Amino acid sequence: MSLNSYLIVGSRPYGEQVCDIRITNGLISEIGSGLEPGNHQVVNANDLISLPSFVDLHTHLREPGREDAETIASGSRAATLGGFSAVFAMANTTPVADTAGVVEQVWRIGRETGLVDVFPIGAVSVGLRGEALAELGAMAASAAKVTVFSDDGNCVSDSVLMRRALEYVKTFDGVIAQHAQDPALTQGAQMNEGELSGILGLTGWPAVAEEAIIARDVLLASHVDSRLHVCHVSTSGSVAIIRWAKEMGIRVTAEVTPHHLLLTEDLVSSFDPVYKVNPPLRSRADTLALREALADGTLDIVATDHAPHPHESKDCEWDRAAFGMLGLETALGVVVAAMAETPDWNWRTLSERMSIAPAKIGRAVNHGRPLAVGEPAHIVLIDPQRTREVVSTELASLSGNTPFAGMTLPVTVTDVFFNGVHQVRNGELYE
Amino acid sequence: MKHLISVQDLSRADTLHILDTARELDRVTNGGLKLLPTLRGRTVVNLFYEDSTRTRLSFERAAKRLSADVVTVSAKGSSLSKGESLKDTALTLNAMGADMIVVRHPSPGAAHRLAHAGWLDSRVLNAGDGKHEHPTQALADALTIRARLRPDAVDFEGLTIGIVGDVLHSRVARSNIFLLASLGANIVVIGPPTLLPVRIENWPCTVSYSLDAALPELDVIMMLRVQQERMNGTFFPSELEYTRSFGLNRSRAAALPTHAIVMHPGPMNRGVEITAEVADGTRSVITEQVANGLKVRMAIMYLLIGGDVSVA
Repeated sequence: MSLNSYLIVGSRPYGEQVCDIRITNGLISEIGSGLEPGNHQVVNANDLISLPSFVDLHTHLREPGREDAETIASGSRAATLGGFSAVFAMANTTPVADTAGVVEQVWRIGRETGLVDVFPIGAVSVGLRGEALAELGAMAASAAKVTVFSDDGNCVSDSVLMRRALEYVKTFDGVIAQHAQDPALTQGAQMNEGELSGILGLTGWPAVAEEAIIARDVLLASHVDSRLHVCHVSTSGSVAIIRWAKEMGIRVTAEVTPHHLLLTEDLVSSFDPVYKVNPPLRSRADTLALREALADGTLDIVATDHAPHPHESKDCEWDRAAFGMLGLETALGVVVAAMAETPDWNWRTLSERMSIAPAKIGRAVNHGRPLAVGEPAHIVLIDPQRTREVVSTELASLSGNTPFAGMTLPVTVTDVFFNGVHQVRNGELYE
Repeated sequence: MKHLISVQDLSRADTLHILDTARELDRVTNGGLKLLPTLRGRTVVNLFYEDSTRTRLSFERAAKRLSADVVTVSAKGSSLSKGESLKDTALTLNAMGADMIVVRHPSPGAAHRLAHAGWLDSRVLNAGDGKHEHPTQALADALTIRARLRPDAVDFEGLTIGIVGDVLHSRVARSNIFLLASLGANIVVIGPPTLLPVRIENWPCTVSYSLDAALPELDVIMMLRVQQERMNGTFFPSELEYTRSFGLNRSRAAALPTHAIVMHPGPMNRGVEITAEVADGTRSVITEQVANGLKVRMAIMYLLIGGDVSVA
């Protein structure tokens, strides 16, 4: 039998008709029923669902700088175990990914690790300080071929800088991914502003601080006819603004995290910082609006905002704790759990939101491709019947800050093929 | 009850039991003249991350009257000022065998974390956590109101209590609103919208922006301290304008019903939220609040770590 030649037998692509998928030399070479194995290794996938592997447009890999929390290698392991073939690594590292040198380093280590494609995101401004444009053109022209730029963690709050960034990236078909948070309205903010923040005495993070920036940015994107991507949308008001902007023909895309789809602010009553995240967990009404918007496409994609933090950054008082949650290894199960009762949601929609659309936004041309002959063999197999309990110490991430610990997720990623390599088998990484 | 973190953890029966215990302890100690042996051999640690005079002294005296060994750790002059984490401090105190930790901390939820993060086995008593809660102050205030206005009743039905000023930043206000409402009182929160939490209309209280309009209805008026740093123009135009609108002076006090009492958790800004004349006047029960603070703190320590020793 030849290496990396497989016949996946009996799976249901997109949860639809059962068929066999032949993989040869990293590509899908044949699809049909009753295919003969020949010299291909047979992978029995009866009762499993096959999808194009996922693409995460929003991941924090922490390297360089915070290798105690995550490395490109450990984050890559977490990503492939979660069913991803590509991750976009956020720029808020130390040093900041604001030069061609840093993005090339991240890209190169990602290549050497070789478990997923790591696409570095470049900073919009020098040092994420929101003052002067970083060398966007140099990063775009580097070996890393950066197309997505973001100051994530910080908002590009200066209107002129945001306008210039949107204009500048048009030269190389780039996109600005905005962390929408008015800094003045969120000074010292700890949780969603509402009845509960008042009762708990935690400084509120009002929805308007997100919505006002999104409103401004879609108008700026319209004015200069450029591409805007909105990171981690968390409020029903933001959904309404994005829906309007899309109706107006403005080139805006938007993401939602798995945790904002599933979790709500009442968890903050525990004062356990594992629930501390930015933007904060919101109300039940927001969660429902986000689900509906993800189903109807107002929100284009799911992105994890995977944010590893060392234990001590969470094992402390709430207001001293770091913002952020792990996401890569639980994304699929959380999305399936959150969307279970939303109308117009099926495996095809999930694939669109977790693979196809994010690859398009990030211009990752070899990812998010359909399961079809001649396409790259980035394939994830999912057992829709097999539940999985989340145990933080069993995750591949170097950090354990998952808010889903102890939860039972409804589905399990069993196998992952990356460039035709069968590297996750029955939920275990096979390096 | 293992810890006291929030008044919202107390049922009406719990609260009345604490207040009754406070009264009973006061009686058997002859107004505090006699020491009780109840907590002999027990260690109470006062862990104070914020400066405090009255609360720290009150907890120390309460513990000593129950014969506990009392250790006070203040931020200044200890490892707390060297940036030791709350967790490491907790582990240290646990290793030293503290039976109870009385904690004051600037972070909301710090007492909750000490009690529930798995760092220690001690009982935890919240002596004020950021803007969150200050349950013993609210219990002291309830004891004061009860002694003055409802000596024989088991609840505060029919009483209207005004809480005036900076509710947004006040842990005393939060604990009082929820505790006094749970006893059946009508709570009216009075202040400028900039100093009230959003959605406070969903709390068990009504909201008024006019002190003058509310005064004739109040059986109790509780003035909150206004922090000088809030007066820089972001929350309120000026101190003078605040005092004109929300300060309690002689003419406003005269608009209260004749039986009404004036409260303030301290420390006061005389001349800002309350004039000296009113603070020191006949309606003022401010010093009784301090005395009752000692009594309820004894009661809570007794109930949390006093075991099954009978009071009488």
